[in-house]
Amino acid sequence: MTYIPHTDADRKAMLEAIGVDSLDDLFDAVPADLRFPELDLPPGLSEMETAWELNGLASANVAANDFALFLGAGAYNHFIPSVVNHILLRGEFYTAYTPYQPELSQGTLQAIFEYQSMMCALTGMDVANASHYDGATSLAEAVIVANAHFRGKRSKIILSPGVNPQYRAVVRTYHQGNDLKFVGDKGSATVPDLVDMLDDDTAMLVVSYPNFFGQIDDLTGLAKSVHDAGALLCMVVDPIALGLFKSPGELGADIVVGEGQPLGIPLSFGGPYLGFFATREKFVRKIAGRIVGETVDADGRRAYVMTLRPREQDIRREKATSNICTNQGLMALAACVYMSVMGKHGLRRAAELCYHKAHYAAQQIDALEGYSVDMSQPFFKEFVVACPEPVAAINDVLLEHWGIIGGYDLSKDYPARENQMLLAVTEMNTKDEIDTLVEALRSAPDDIANHAHHHHHHS
Amino acid sequence: MADWKTPDNAKYTENDEWIIVDGDTAKVGLTDYAQDQLSDIVFVDMQVEVGDTVSAGDSFATVESVKAASDVYAPASGEVVAVNSALDDTPETINGDPFGAGWMIEIKLSDAGELDGLLDAAAYAKHCAEREG
Amino acid sequence: MTDELIVNKNGAPPPLEPLIYDLGAPGRTGAILPKPDVPEADLPADLLRDDLDLPEVSEMDVVRHFLRLSQFNYAIDKGFYPLGSCTMKYNPKLNEDMARLPGFALAHPLQDPSTVQGALALMYQLQEWLAAISGLEAVSLQPAAGAQGEFAGILMIRAYHLANGEAHRTKIIVPDSAHGTNPATTAMTGLEVVEIPSDDNGDVDLDKLREVCGEDVAGMMITVPNTLGVFERHIQDIVDIIHGCGGLMYMDGANMNAMLGIAKPGDLGFDVMHYNLHKTFSTPHGGGGPGSGPVAAGDKLLPFLPGPIVTIVDEGDEGEPPLYGLTMPEQSIGALKAFWGNFGMLIRAFTYISVNGADGLRAVTDHAVLNANYIRSKLQGTYPMPFERICGHEFVCEGHFKDAEGIHALDISKRLMDYGFHPPTNYFPLIVPEALLIEPTETETKEACDAFVEAMLAIAKEAKESPDVLHEAPHVTPVKRVDDVRAAKDLILCCRVIPDWDAEAAE
Repeated sequence: MTYIPHTDADRKAMLEAIGVDSLDDLFDAVPADLRFPELDLPPGLSEMETAWELNGLASANVAANDFALFLGAGAYNHFIPSVVNHILLRGEFYTAYTPYQPELSQGTLQAIFEYQSMMCALTGMDVANASHYDGATSLAEAVIVANAHFRGKRSKIILSPGVNPQYRAVVRTYHQGNDLKFVGDKGSATVPDLVDMLDDDTAMLVVSYPNFFGQIDDLTGLAKSVHDAGALLCMVVDPIALGLFKSPGELGADIVVGEGQPLGIPLSFGGPYLGFFATREKFVRKIAGRIVGETVDADGRRAYVMTLRPREQDIRREKATSNICTNQGLMALAACVYMSVMGKHGLRRAAELCYHKAHYAAQQIDALEGYSVDMSQPFFKEFVVACPEPVAAINDVLLEHWGIIGGYDLSKDYPARENQMLLAVTEMNTKDEIDTLVEALRSAPDDIANHAHHHHHHS
Repeated sequence: MADWKTPDNAKYTENDEWIIVDGDTAKVGLTDYAQDQLSDIVFVDMQVEVGDTVSAGDSFATVESVKAASDVYAPASGEVVAVNSALDDTPETINGDPFGAGWMIEIKLSDAGELDGLLDAAAYAKHCAEREG
Repeated sequence: MTDELIVNKNGAPPPLEPLIYDLGAPGRTGAILPKPDVPEADLPADLLRDDLDLPEVSEMDVVRHFLRLSQFNYAIDKGFYPLGSCTMKYNPKLNEDMARLPGFALAHPLQDPSTVQGALALMYQLQEWLAAISGLEAVSLQPAAGAQGEFAGILMIRAYHLANGEAHRTKIIVPDSAHGTNPATTAMTGLEVVEIPSDDNGDVDLDKLREVCGEDVAGMMITVPNTLGVFERHIQDIVDIIHGCGGLMYMDGANMNAMLGIAKPGDLGFDVMHYNLHKTFSTPHGGGGPGSGPVAAGDKLLPFLPGPIVTIVDEGDEGEPPLYGLTMPEQSIGALKAFWGNFGMLIRAFTYISVNGADGLRAVTDHAVLNANYIRSKLQGTYPMPFERICGHEFVCEGHFKDAEGIHALDISKRLMDYGFHPPTNYFPLIVPEALLIEPTETETKEACDAFVEAMLAIAKEAKESPDVLHEAPHVTPVKRVDDVRAAKDLILCCRVIPDWDAEAAE
């Protein structure tokens, strides 16, 4: 049997010790008419047969190893130093459990403490937790904190339309059972428009930095306006951008959330990713997620331990700050290793590469006939291209003829943005790839006209 | 089994709060049994300020240890006239001296008759013993 | 290098390992990045940060640091890990290789579905398999963990009643033996928790259940087998009572390791359940995550599943594979997270089910239950046990002894570390005093079980003869008993000095 080591002799001896005749006897408590149903599953395969099948499934995907990827919109093809994967493959890390027994978990605990410290340094905040599931759920948890902070007395959350559409949807899913009102994101409100919405029923205002379109909004004075209204300011941030740009802490944020996938975690068709969450010290008892603190052991030796546990579900139960139990621990380790090996200089360089390459691409594309790129605001690693044809049609041509996975069709989430593509350029895109993309876009309108029909389905 | 202190001059709730009357005000805190259950208290989250009104049964604070967090409820109604802010820095005072320096709030009673419904020391001591048995 | 970093105040032993920030030197860097191959654009100077406080270490510094840290961990790959309710079974290495195949690892979730048919086919197949195992109709693979699966299930029950005009159904019944996520989840959905007690046999108290069951009940959450490790004797009665008053039944699937091929939750009458792939289906715990908590629903609740889920959008012609796509269920409660689920964990679970097949999964449960009952029978008589029943894949005993005053489950747990074992789950379920919840899993040999039993019996003896050895345990672990009171009081959660932005802004 796969992974099950028992021999017939083992089974015999064990059944005797228990005092039953057969394995089936161990299930007498289960209603007899429902016991031992057939499972409609295929028979088990050997390791190599399974590997062949999985290889077949993997090969049936177009992926960034074979194609040039210019798709972002919340998940990015960033450089992952080889060190990261080697550390994640250490069985001591990945087959370990949650570090509830600190004497047996100092490796995990110290690594998380280091991760927390790096996230604080990156975001400019006092405290970070050990992870949420992803950027979207981190934001949903930030809303829970805001609601708890005002003890339910403020019911309005202002969301910028520049926050990732999936994140805003997840926030609404999470809060469908309470009376919070989510406003501000149905149209094209600018940051000043959002500030105008502040009132004494506002618990929190949420902006994205950079925003979903890659732009860096002018956030000067935002924190002051929000705080003058007595509300909290939450920023959704890109961690690579923070290698270059001022930290949200410096800009006056109270809570910082975002997606940590760019920090050494592969695309992996959408998960597992890493939700980071950082905040000011005064909110620490209200936040969810595990937190590691420094202490000493019985001999006075420095040691790490999960702390502020009474916030968590196993102790507080229905009064817990959240129901979160399992988090994204190994992904936090990945981010810690990434930020260690990239370090102060590497992260800055990766961010600069993204910046220069995205600007080069934007300028080249803007110069194409029929295309334009709005470069009126500073931007980082992503920008919006107004195209002469529907984005889906252009992407078809890019894929079929040029080996390029094109950008995101913004009309899916912003109906007013027809034919607008969100293009991402990272340090992983070479100049050659970008030049090829430009060529592909240049000839796309003709290629589309020459095609009678599309091969692909679009949902 | 530990013997928990249950001073006679106090009245008690089933939730392990005590109240000691002094004229028309009364101090409120957590009992010796409660602090023993919680073990080392690390944080007191006071949710009322001087001037607030509490009703009997309202939660006015949360007390946290490493393994538990407990809400603390007002045994009687009244206006909060004092809050023990020393507990901000030394929450463990509740463990060391639960009926003395570990007091939590002082209220000006609005209805002294509410105290009649509370447990006396003997009844409370019995209540603790039953739970441990 | 380590000499300069030894902190030897007051004779305290040095830290196990320096912090990564304390290694390296100014200007040192690890990763090798290229120079820009495009013209450099002007950086907006007024928007740039002045500081970036990250480590300055070489690649080898990083490797040595994390390798040394790893050595201070216990892990399944090292030894027996009998954590009840966690199912610490062997994490197959094949799973790791399959999850890292480039066609999976480098697929972007927003690619046109036609370009990721392999990934979608895998997800579709896994949905079907998990539905088959549960006896329910449809599955969403989106929830990232068991707690999210629970959240989905209760939101679905709430949405169902709202859709039927029954907004007055606001209560969820939860046994007092439930995992903390159950009441926490219920509170997050805005519904009210009604806790009911278990009887002396560890079953739900049916009389108390009938008392609370009424028109305001939305449903009940229950774990099968329950958190005490036993199959509820009256499971059908429980389901009938709740259905009888118009409520729906949610099954917490954390204990599915005792149910594979034994009974199907759908057959038992459950309307919705979640799985923990990181328990039952061998995906690794990763030091706290990631996990995956797919939710399965019967026909009443399947329109409400979180989404999108994978569906067949075009059956295709004969000989052609179908075309898979992502579809939002009709009355979906919405998306629980961005994208489609923890796909990397889905690959691992898919691989595991492929290798096992139907017979393999049945054998998993048979041997998990065999191992648990074997250890239980060997510890019976020495360790107090709340019930003397055949257990499921785990059982609970009490970590105290009549003639060993002052010994608690905590002391026994810490002493087990000296014997080279990770302790069982402590103090859960809450209804058993000094609970030790023991779950060996099916991948442990009889010898491993015997060695654990030996250690537990030896500790029971030590508890009476030399209790201080337990009180001061652990003795041989990398650190001794850790001071968690000090951690909570000092609250040192970050080793860097973060600028006081308010003060700087005031300047």
